[in-house]
Formats: sequence, C-alpha cells, structure tokens
Amino acid sequence: MFDALTEKLGGVFDNLTGRGALSEKDVEAALREVRVALLEADVALPVVKQFINTVKEEAVGEKVIRAVKPGQQVVKIVHDALIETLGGAQEPEDLKISSPPSVIMMAGLQGSGKTTTTGKLALRLKKKDRKKVLLASLDTRRPAAMEQLAILATQAEVESLPIVQGQSPVEIAKRAMQAAKFGGFDVVILDTAGRTSIDEEMMVEAANIAKIANPSEILLVADSLTGQDAVETAKRFHERLPLTGIILTRADGDGRGGAALSMRAVTGLPIKFLGIGEKIDGLDVFDARRIAGRILGQGDVVALVEKAVENADMAAAEKMAAKMAKGKFDLDDLSMQLRQIQNMGGLGGIMGMLPGAQAAKKALDNGVVNEKIITRQIAVISSMTKKERQKPDLLNASRRRRIATGAGVDVSEVNKVIKMHRSMADMVKSIGKGGMKGLMQKMGGMKGGMPSEEQLKALGEKALQSGAMPPMGQNMPQGLPGLGGGGLPGLGGGLPGLGGFGFGKKK
Amino acid sequence: MFGWFKKKKPIEDTQNNEEKPVEVVESSEIISIEQPETIPAETPNEPLAEPTISEEAKKGLFEGLKRSSARIGDGITSIFTKAKLDEEALEELEELLILSDMGVETARKITAEMARRRFEKSAAPEVIRAELAEIIAQMLAPYETSKDPWAGNTRPQVIMFVGVNGSGKTTTIGKIAQNLVDNGHNIMLAAADTFRAAASEQLLVWGKRANVPVIAKESGADAAGLAFEALQKAKAEDKDILLIDTAGRLQNKLELMAELEKIIRVIKKQDESAPHETWLVLDATVGQNAISQAEAFIKSGGVTGIIMSKLDGTAKGGILLALTEKYKLPIYFIGVGEKVTDLQPFNAREFANALVNI
Ligand SMILES: Nc1nc2c(ncn2[C@@H]2O[C@H](COP(=O)(O)OP(=O)(O)O)[C@@H](O)[C@H]2O)c(=O)[nH]1
Ligand SMILES: [Mg+2]
Repeated sequence: MFDALTEKLGGVFDNLTGRGALSEKDVEAALREVRVALLEADVALPVVKQFINTVKEEAVGEKVIRAVKPGQQVVKIVHDALIETLGGAQEPEDLKISSPPSVIMMAGLQGSGKTTTTGKLALRLKKKDRKKVLLASLDTRRPAAMEQLAILATQAEVESLPIVQGQSPVEIAKRAMQAAKFGGFDVVILDTAGRTSIDEEMMVEAANIAKIANPSEILLVADSLTGQDAVETAKRFHERLPLTGIILTRADGDGRGGAALSMRAVTGLPIKFLGIGEKIDGLDVFDARRIAGRILGQGDVVALVEKAVENADMAAAEKMAAKMAKGKFDLDDLSMQLRQIQNMGGLGGIMGMLPGAQAAKKALDNGVVNEKIITRQIAVISSMTKKERQKPDLLNASRRRRIATGAGVDVSEVNKVIKMHRSMADMVKSIGKGGMKGLMQKMGGMKGGMPSEEQLKALGEKALQSGAMPPMGQNMPQGLPGLGGGGLPGLGGGLPGLGGFGFGKKK
Repeated sequence: MFGWFKKKKPIEDTQNNEEKPVEVVESSEIISIEQPETIPAETPNEPLAEPTISEEAKKGLFEGLKRSSARIGDGITSIFTKAKLDEEALEELEELLILSDMGVETARKITAEMARRRFEKSAAPEVIRAELAEIIAQMLAPYETSKDPWAGNTRPQVIMFVGVNGSGKTTTIGKIAQNLVDNGHNIMLAAADTFRAAASEQLLVWGKRANVPVIAKESGADAAGLAFEALQKAKAEDKDILLIDTAGRLQNKLELMAELEKIIRVIKKQDESAPHETWLVLDATVGQNAISQAEAFIKSGGVTGIIMSKLDGTAKGGILLALTEKYKLPIYFIGVGEKVTDLQPFNAREFANALVNI
C-alpha cells in the first residue's frame, strides 16, 4: 500500500546525506521499490519499465524540498506521472456521436463485461444526452447472450433489435443499422461476442463488422482486474480494430487497476468510463486521479467522499432524522443504518479508503471486528414483518424462532439484534430530548455538508488511535455486536455505519 | 483422460433410470425444469450442440497453452543464447516470469532456485528451459489431483461454483455436465444465479445440450431458496451429482459474500456434509487480485478447489503458482475454449511445459 511504499522509500533515503538535489543513485534505489509496487498493482512489465525511465528523468536533479521527506517527494513525482500517463487530470472527451444513426461498437475478451456495459451506455445516452438508442446483440455464440441484452434494454428503457435466429453477426449488424435508420434512432450500439485476440476467424469477423458499420466509437471493454495480459490484449485488439477508447469494468472491485495504465500506455487510447457495479447506472466517467491513487495504494479520499454522497439516500435520511428528533428509532431505521455501511463497501472498504486507517483495517482483517455479522443482522431484520419492525415489542419467542429460520440463523442472533436495537432506541430517545443539535454533535460534528478531506483524515487517525475498536462508551452499552461490541468510534460517532453522512446536505 | 468423470460404481441405478415420469412441479415459482425423457440417445435437436468427443480437446489444450506462452518461451531463448546465467540473465528471467502473472515474489523464488542450480557455462537454452519447467512442475505437482471429486458416499454429491462476474462459472458447469452425463452419471443443475440478466437461460441451454434437468426460477428469486429446493429435488430423484451455479460476485461486496454464506447455510440444513465441493472459477487473465479473490471465497464459500478458465487466450495463468503456494488448494480443471470439449483436467507437467514453451 501507499503507506508501505512511502515507508520503504523512507528506508531507501535514510542514508541520504547530501542536501540539495536527488542524485541518480538515490532515485534509482527508490525506483526499484516503485517498480515492485507497480508490478504488484498489475501494471504490465513493459509499461513499468518505460514508466520508470520517464520518472527517473524527471526525478534526478529535482531539488529536495525541505518540508517533505525525499521518499514522499518521489511518490509525489510518481503519482503525478501516473496521472499524466493515464490521460491527465481533466475529464476524457465524451462519446463521439455522428449524424444519426451513429454506431457504437463494443469489443473485448470473453466475460469482460461488454453486454452489461452496453446497457449502461444506453442508459447514459438516453438520460444524459437525450438520445434515442437501439441495442443490438451480435453475440451468436454465448448461450442466452441476446436475451441478456434484451433484458438490459428493457431496464434502460431503450429498444433492442428483435432477435432472429440463424443470422451471422455481420447480417445482424446490417439489420441493426437498417432498423436504426428507419426507426429514427440517434445511436445504435452493437454488442459483440467475446473473443480472444488470437482467434483469427473471430478477429477477422470483428474487423468486418467495423468496416460495415463504420462506428463513430469502437470501445474496447476490459476487466480492470486484468494482470500482465492487459498489454497483449489491448495491443492486439488495437492492431485489428480502429479502436477509439477503452472502458474498464469491475472498477468497484478491490483490484489495484494497473491494467488501466498498461492499456492506456500501449494504445494511447483514452479510457472513457469505469464500470462500477452490476446495476444499470453503474458507469462513471474515468478519473485519472482516482486510479493513480489506487495503483499506488494511496488512501482514496476522493472516492470515499463520492461514495458517501452517492450512498446517502437523502430523502430516507431526512425522514429518519425527523423521526429520531422525536426520539423514535425502529428496526427499519437500524436496517437502513446497516445497509449504509454495506453500500459503502463494508467496513473494510471504508477503512481501506481512509488514509492512516490501515491498522484499524488490519484489526478488521484479523477478525477482531466481524463485518459478516452485519449482513446477517440485515437478513434478520428483513425476515421480520413490517409490523414487527415497527413494534419490536411484538417479538415473542415463537416469532423470534420463525425469524431465525427465515434468516437461516440461530435464535440467539435474532435476540442480539433486538437487544442492539433496544439500546440504540434508548439512546435515540435520550438524544431526542436534546434535539437534532445534540445528535449532530454526537455524530462527530459533521453538521452541514460533507466532511472535508482534513476531517476525514482526522477521523481515520482517530480510528487508528483507538486501536482495534474499543467497546463503546456508556451511550451504547450493547453497540453493534458485529463491531466488536462497539460502534465505529471516530468514524461517525454514536450511530454505527457512518450514519452521520446521511444527515449532511449534499453540496 | 477424463478418468474422474467415469462412474465408479454401477449401482442400482438401472432402477432409477426406468421410472422417469415427467415430474409435476409443485412450486409455482420454479419456472423451468427440463427432464430428459430417456437416456439421451442422441444430442437434442439443437444447432448449438457440440460434439462430445474429447480428441481435439487435448490438442486444444496444448495449442492454447503453447500459443499463450510463446512470448515467455521466445524470451527464454533470447536470454539463454548467452548460455550463461549471469546476474543480468537472471534479472531478465525474473521479468519473463512476472509476465505470466505469477507475481514478483514467486518469480524471485524461482529465479533464485535457478541461480542455485548453477549451470555449466555452455548449457544449451533447451536444458535451461527444461530445468525451469521442472521447477514449476514440481511446485504445482502437489495440487494436481487424481482424487475423484465426486467419490463421496452421500448422494447427491453437491458441487458449487463460485467466482467473480464473467469468470466462466456457467460455461464450466456446462462442460462438466456433459462430461458427467457421457460417463453415465445422473445429474442435475441448479441455476442459482438469479441476479444477472438471462443467467438462468444460459444454464438452461447448457442443460438442454447435455439433456439434464435444470432447476431455475424467475429472475430475482432467492438464490438460497433455489439451492435448497434443487437439493431437495436432487435427493428425491436420487441424483448422483448436483451442480450449483451461483451469481458472479466481487469479493469485496460483503452483502453478496454473505448471500453466498447463506446459500451454504441453507444447503447444510438438508445435508450437513454439503456442499461437498466448492470450486472457485478464475479467469486466466486475472492478475494479483486473484489472491484477494481466493482469500475471500475461501472465507465465505469454503472453497475446496480451483478451476482456471480461458487458458486458450494470450494470458498465462501464472497466478496459479502464487495461489497454490499460499492456499494449498487443488486445481481440478482448466478451460481452453467455449466449446463443451474445451475442458481439461489440470496437469502440472503440461502446464509447466506450456508455460516455458516446451
Ligand atoms: N475462450 C474462452 N472463453 C471462455 C472459457 N470459459 C468461459 N468462457 C467465456 O467467458 C464468458 C463468461 O463465461 P460465463 O460462463 O458466462 O461466466 P460466469 O459469469 O462466471 O458464469 C462467456 O463468453 C464464455 O463463453 C474458456 O475456457 N475459454
Ligand atoms: Mg454465470
């Protein structure tokens, strides 16, 4: 991780005596560590080598700034060079749309996420660009691929080309363009079958489709979890197809995303979007800063803040806040709190994103704090009836047994959830008397708006200082059992799960 | 070749095969169950159906792996034409190994071992390459397994397939199903990927090809519930093996990992020993993230073995070395294409040879 790299570089520079500028020897030693870090982040070897050379040229002779350690300075240079290589800090160009019907063609390996991404692009073009979109599946190979695209089209509320069995991909492409022309569509997206870059027949087929359809965009869809093969695949597809851009899928995974750098470096193509999540709206405009931070394992504060904003369901949060102000907190509210933790990638995810929270994360990884339980707690609550969730007093022994069976857990676990809820409800009741003001204060002082980067950092450090999640204070004697007997101190205060974020106003 | 797929004991199955009523499905939720009317006399009238002879499959493996590792092999030739394993050559060797995705640590280990073995100054590249293959084969040999994965006594043997999205789970199940059927097993498939659009339909096509029943429900149905019902059915119909397909999930999505745990908990209510195997399906293109995948799926899914798909492309799958070293899991199969025949038992020696291009 970033911290580890900085530390290692610190070691390299311990012997640095000469003041003034970074010498070639210093830089070389440092870059050996950087090389390993990049390889471990799945940046492809040829790209690593090329990249290291560039950085070396920049770093040698650089004045050592007094305020920072030389190691940090090298990391900064590497970080900036990463952003530069990835396409710079500005947003990539939007999709090129030519005179209607404009064709977008999707290409890539098997299972890289083309079909899902096709659906996502359709939704974006429809919603953001107000385009009339037609989807056509040219995948005659994978079973039910066409049905999959048809379902996604329905989800995005766009049309899909009727499925006709027995047509070749080229025939389907022609039919799609005809249909787009006569149907008055602005954009037609051609989803193609996955293919390996060494399948000659299939690569020829792809080239033929591109020739016939003359797309304004040919997008290579690649998995951001790809390893060293990223270079080979990108190069080979680029050789055979006039690609115009890259989309990286599964960027919501915990991969380091080195493939982004590899593919960008060998093709020079812009990375246009990141696929994040399986839902149809899970598409983000590519942001070089975010990926650069990830490749270096740097605490991705930007991503954390974005995610927090994204996930805080404002309406629901406000409703809950109003309820809590009256001192009410039912099991639905608890469930919502728990879900917010999850939506943010779980505790592990949140901790990983906070700089300086590594130690706390380690505690989590070592099972000191068990986050699996959260999901089970949600399952328990969702196995209750609506009435039971609103009036927990109804929960007698036989109901508890039923709930346990429904959720696939022991009755004792149901009891724990109920107990936890009760203690939280009690707390809310007491806060209710103090009004919302008191509650906000308890939540770590994030009154208006999102927490600033500094605040987040401070929170991360607080969590770190508090070690492996010590038990909560008097406010919450039970705490969340899943959290080692406490909420997450320092990460949003009294309520578990950073619930505090939900109460801020979206800026 | 497919020794594992052989049915070991020709038990009183004949009995079961005779009575095969087309079953009425009680649960209205189950939308599709396909029953083979009889033992498949011929492949159903399906244009997509593939031949089931595994002759060319063997070729596929070698072709696939050879193609994929051509660069490593070439690289080795060019390093070692110097015929001397000096510092520089070793560094280049390490880099070539890294290209296979085995990770820096493993590459260093192998390089160190090569250095330790100290070659004659005049050693030919082939000798060095053979030595390298030997080291890799030795590292992987313990994880090549001759254990019959469905030898257990309880019926049905329940095998669950897990992994990230698009890694090749459904396709692998399709291939395995056909092989099992060809070897006389009486099997059932469960389409517990109720999430991805048309995922059930995909498995249904494979079920149809192999002429085996598939338990599926409407999209969005509870996956654990489906698995539970499938096992109930498989038991009632005295199936030998139940293969359960699951939705792809990224290992850092705790909610989805918990769903996986729930599927297992629910299955265990019927059979404490089930699932008897849980296989993690990995895409050969995956990089170092496979380690994190394995860790999480072992934790939540109790993974007992690995399958690597897509070794017919340019990716080399070197991460298997790091994975086995760390988690000591057997590797059961490799996938070398999309056809039903494109499945091979994992063979350490062949994999190693192909990796260094012998
Ligand atoms: N070339 C190749 N493609 C494969 C292999 N295994 C699966 N695939 C393809 O990879 C894609 C994803 O596979 P699928 O089984 O749907 O993955 P799942 O999401 O894990 O179920 C499909 O297009 C498959 O045809 C393989 O061994 N080689
Ligand atoms: Mg699947």
